[in-house]
Amino acid sequence: MKYDVTITIALKEGMLDPEARAIRHALANLGFETEALRTARLFRLTLDAPSAEDAAAEAEKMCERLLANPVIHHYTVEVAE
Amino acid sequence: MRFAVVQFGGSNCDRDTLYVLEEVCGVDTDLVWYKDGLQRNYDGIVLPGGFSYGDYLRAGAIAARTPVMQDILRHAREGRLILGICNGAQIGSEAGLIPGTFTLNAYPKFISRHVYLRVENDTSPFTAGYRKGDVIRVPIAHKEGRYVAAPDVVDRLNREDRIAFRFCDENGAVTPESNPNGSTENITGVLGGDMCNVMVMMPHPERASESALGSDAGIRIFTSMIAHVEQQK
Repeated sequence: MKYDVTITIALKEGMLDPEARAIRHALANLGFETEALRTARLFRLTLDAPSAEDAAAEAEKMCERLLANPVIHHYTVEVAE
Repeated sequence: MRFAVVQFGGSNCDRDTLYVLEEVCGVDTDLVWYKDGLQRNYDGIVLPGGFSYGDYLRAGAIAARTPVMQDILRHAREGRLILGICNGAQIGSEAGLIPGTFTLNAYPKFISRHVYLRVENDTSPFTAGYRKGDVIRVPIAHKEGRYVAAPDVVDRLNREDRIAFRFCDENGAVTPESNPNGSTENITGVLGGDMCNVMVMMPHPERASESALGSDAGIRIFTSMIAHVEQQK
């Protein structure tokens, strides 16, 4: 089965997010006031796996081995057929 | 005695480091292309500065997962000296050679200038040539150089005397103003390995290794490594 996997990598709560701060500031300069703004990185990939659970497990391994840095990041994995 | 400087695609301080080791310090040094792996054991290995893999994903993340790193981790386990400078520090932290990591500067832009460092450890193979409390002037050039570690990790580093350098002002005071990138507790040099035989640092000692460069304060890192290897022989 082919599964479309979406992986989102974001900074852990409480981690300083300098990019978000700069973007929020730039939005404010354009007149858009925001109460909070966080950035995240999104990866979309297609996997061939026996089941949705296997696809999710594979994607989690990718996060642990490379895509996320456990010191600063947490991640979420969503799987769709 | 033989040292190696490991080149990755995107390394750009490899030849500067080679020059300092060979021409200034007089150590036989191999420039090793990462795909070739380490063909022999080295007494010292330097992971140089640059932009391996374009800093894609995170600075150092992709280089840290190349096969040559297995050789380097083995060297670290065997007590051989590994020094990671700038991108090399990012690669070293991504490879787990030290705890904690380096990420985007608190003010998210590239910084290139001289800074002052306070020497916090004067017993490691990399810092024995200094005295604790020495203030040295060396350049930094990075965008992802903010050292981050969990509080319990920082406590352990402090307790085990594994912090090599902190950003400070010219009088040696460690202050928020003298912290150019927002690093945790101004830390910018961390010792790893069972025998403190690994050091990663964001500042560039190879760019401060001859007085003609405006500072020769960095040379003692290399001469300390060489003296350590000589003592072991």
